[in-house]
Amino acid sequence: MADLTAAAPAAAAAATAASAATLTTADGRPLKAALAAAQARAKRRAFLLVAPLLAFVVLTFIIPIGQMLDRSFHHDGFSANAPAVSAWFAENAQGTEPDEAAYAALAEDFKAMRENRTAGEAGTRVNYTLPETRSLFTKTARNADDLAPPFKEAFLAIDDRWDDAAVWQAMRSSSSAYTADFYLAALDMERAEDGSIRRVEENGRIYIYLFAKTFLVSALITLICLLLAFPVAHLLATLPMAKANLLMILVLLPFWTSLLVRTTSWIVLLQGEGVVNELFIALGLIGAEGRLQMIYNQLGTIIVMTHVLLPFMILPLYSVMRVIPPSYARAARSLGATSWTTFRRIYLPQTLPGIGAGSLLVFILAVGYFITPALVGGADGQLISNLIDFHMKNSNWSMAAALSAMLLAGVLVLYWLYDRLVGIDNLKLG
Amino acid sequence: MQQGFGFIEIKTSGQTADKTGETNLAATMAAKSQSDVFVVFDHVQKSYDGVSLVVKDLNLSIGKGEFLTMLGPSGSGKTTCLMMLAGFETATNGEILLDGRPINQVPPHKRGIGMVFQNYALFPHMTVGENLAFPLEVRGMGKTEREAKIKRALDMVQMGAFANRRPAQLSGGQQQRIALARALVFDPKLVLMDEPLGALDKQLREHMQFEIKHLHESLGITVVYVTHDQGEALTMSDRIAVFNDGRIQQLAPPADLYERPDNSFVAQFIGENNRLEGTVEEIKGGRALVRLGTGELIDATPVNVQSVGQKTLVSIRPERVEFKPDLLPADAHMIDAEVIEVIYMGDLFRTVLKVAGHEDFVIKSRNTLGQRVLTPGEKIRIGWAPADARALDPI
Ligand SMILES: Nc1ncnc2c1ncn2[C@@H]1O[C@H](COP(=O)(O)OP(=O)(O)OP(=O)(O)O)[C@@H](O)[C@H]1O
Ligand SMILES: [Mg+2]
Repeated sequence: MADLTAAAPAAAAAATAASAATLTTADGRPLKAALAAAQARAKRRAFLLVAPLLAFVVLTFIIPIGQMLDRSFHHDGFSANAPAVSAWFAENAQGTEPDEAAYAALAEDFKAMRENRTAGEAGTRVNYTLPETRSLFTKTARNADDLAPPFKEAFLAIDDRWDDAAVWQAMRSSSSAYTADFYLAALDMERAEDGSIRRVEENGRIYIYLFAKTFLVSALITLICLLLAFPVAHLLATLPMAKANLLMILVLLPFWTSLLVRTTSWIVLLQGEGVVNELFIALGLIGAEGRLQMIYNQLGTIIVMTHVLLPFMILPLYSVMRVIPPSYARAARSLGATSWTTFRRIYLPQTLPGIGAGSLLVFILAVGYFITPALVGGADGQLISNLIDFHMKNSNWSMAAALSAMLLAGVLVLYWLYDRLVGIDNLKLG
Repeated sequence: MQQGFGFIEIKTSGQTADKTGETNLAATMAAKSQSDVFVVFDHVQKSYDGVSLVVKDLNLSIGKGEFLTMLGPSGSGKTTCLMMLAGFETATNGEILLDGRPINQVPPHKRGIGMVFQNYALFPHMTVGENLAFPLEVRGMGKTEREAKIKRALDMVQMGAFANRRPAQLSGGQQQRIALARALVFDPKLVLMDEPLGALDKQLREHMQFEIKHLHESLGITVVYVTHDQGEALTMSDRIAVFNDGRIQQLAPPADLYERPDNSFVAQFIGENNRLEGTVEEIKGGRALVRLGTGELIDATPVNVQSVGQKTLVSIRPERVEFKPDLLPADAHMIDAEVIEVIYMGDLFRTVLKVAGHEDFVIKSRNTLGQRVLTPGEKIRIGWAPADARALDPI
């Protein structure tokens, strides 16, 4: 024993001495290089195994998202088709009155656009910044043959809007392929004639309101889901296996039914002449005239989306609760805690990873949910995704992309907040 | 199997009745000597499914300051008894008294019983210090008093430096100590431990046995301890209750249990044991002669046999078997044996013999200076003092 204790420090000293010099293998290669070589094969194999998935993700996820982000601030509809006047904008600073040279450049561009039939394209881009300018472009292009010096008068002869400062400002901001105009619009802002940024008029502000509403409604749905799912998940986790399985099937049933069927059933239940209203009337809770409007409005969106998203809350909660041994609660009770204290201080904190995962899942899904509000939301139940859909239908890809990018940013910010507050490793998705 | 045990009960009922009467008396006297009775199970029965009884008519009194161990095979109802005492299960029938008060209606958090779980059940989201603070906080204790108590409890288990660690950052043995400290920090009078050392390796287990025993003695608490491990039960307990099939088979101090088992189950369950089947030939002066199947006669002390002609199972401990005639009483019977295998175990030799047609008879002889080492194939004669062989109920 005495020998051993004496030998130990000596051995430790030898080890530190060896690690100071670079370690080598028996045949003299540096240990690090040998290790890397030995692991290279395994790494290659692992990479080949995930390569198909990687390719799939890149093709179907990363590239489309990159393209979307690109479209949200890159649009060369005007700059590519009207290079001459774009060059004039580049040479003359903001606030310069358009001179004869500017009109001449514009005339040159219009002749080219008429030839290539691209006036619509350029007009569309300017139209995004200043509504109702597309028609001005197509009309002018039709009459491009009349454009002769002096150009300013020629333009004004075609349409007197051509000396409107707003039009020139719109063209100026369209003249660069890269623009923040779409983001400005998505934030309910616009450029004034002098190029400064201002908020749009009161009744034109829709996006910020819709963003706020989307996040609020999603938060509300998440909260309702949590309140409804918690007891169900707890029951699932504590019930004997056979009964738990049956309950689990009931929980998963919504997954197995078509979304349209589910939504239709909700319409049948909730509409003015629907089952729920009839029931309330039969029970005397409401009068025949006081039928509740529960669908085609905000309430309908909330009810149906809660139902659709509930399983996404139950499943992570269940998977966390299932592995909490009952001995924790028992230990707490034996240590003198009432059942409420046991729940609050022992059980609830241990379900946090499930609550976090479920809430994050439901919230993110709700924020981007589009089909349910479209079907049952009516006028006031629409969310930001419905507006994105609207822009996509109208081929305003850049606007849709800008809105989507902002949604994405919002979700990422939330994700970051979650990581800061709870810790992302404290997340259990299944 | 079930039928077999049923058979024991019927065959031995008369005998066990007065036997238990006797041990109960001894127990109450032992309890009395350690002041009075603290926990009483009074005709307690428990059924989970309404079809079968998991605990059948449990009667048990535990004295103040006693270390009582429940020992028994898996599924014999030990945990169930502990859970009824802790308040997590309700007795289907019968009464449990704690310090003279019936506690069937008292919720677990009002019983003031400390409990150590097999998997420790340390709250994973709290530090060691917070774990220990928990029982004190829920009792509304002030911060300074709390901290003093936590420090004392941690020092008691030599874990003073670990208050800020999380349970996951501790080794199994350290977690075990914290669980122990947590069960003791609020000064309970009664501490229940359900296989607290089950997850530890042998060396650590033995060390912790010693520490638990030491804490029990220095704190003067009453401990009800559940274990699978008979070595643990023998070394730690004041008394051991051997459970089987929902009943206490024997309740006795360790030495009694090992040396004077009441029935074949206990003899077989505790320690190594040789069994010889036979028929009672004669009972005289506290001594029985038993004729084996091969016709040989052996000596035994009658325990569960009353009359000549009864079938019996004679139980002898391997270390009480002798093969040197001069060490035996003059009138002791000896029988033939053939050495099959000798296993060297360091401090002793474990020799397997063929006796009365069975090749599983084991004797143990100490590895002392001048010990005669047997060789396989050797023919010897073995015998024992009549007091060391017990004629028990046949299985
Ligand atoms: N919650 C329960 N519901 C139904 N049956 C149970 C329950 N708990 C235990 N049992 C049954 O009761 C019997 C006794 O169980 P118990 O846990 O008391 O045994 P034990 O002696 O502690 O065994 P072990 O040594 O394996 O821990 C077993 O047959 C078991 O299957
Ligand atoms: Mg048990």
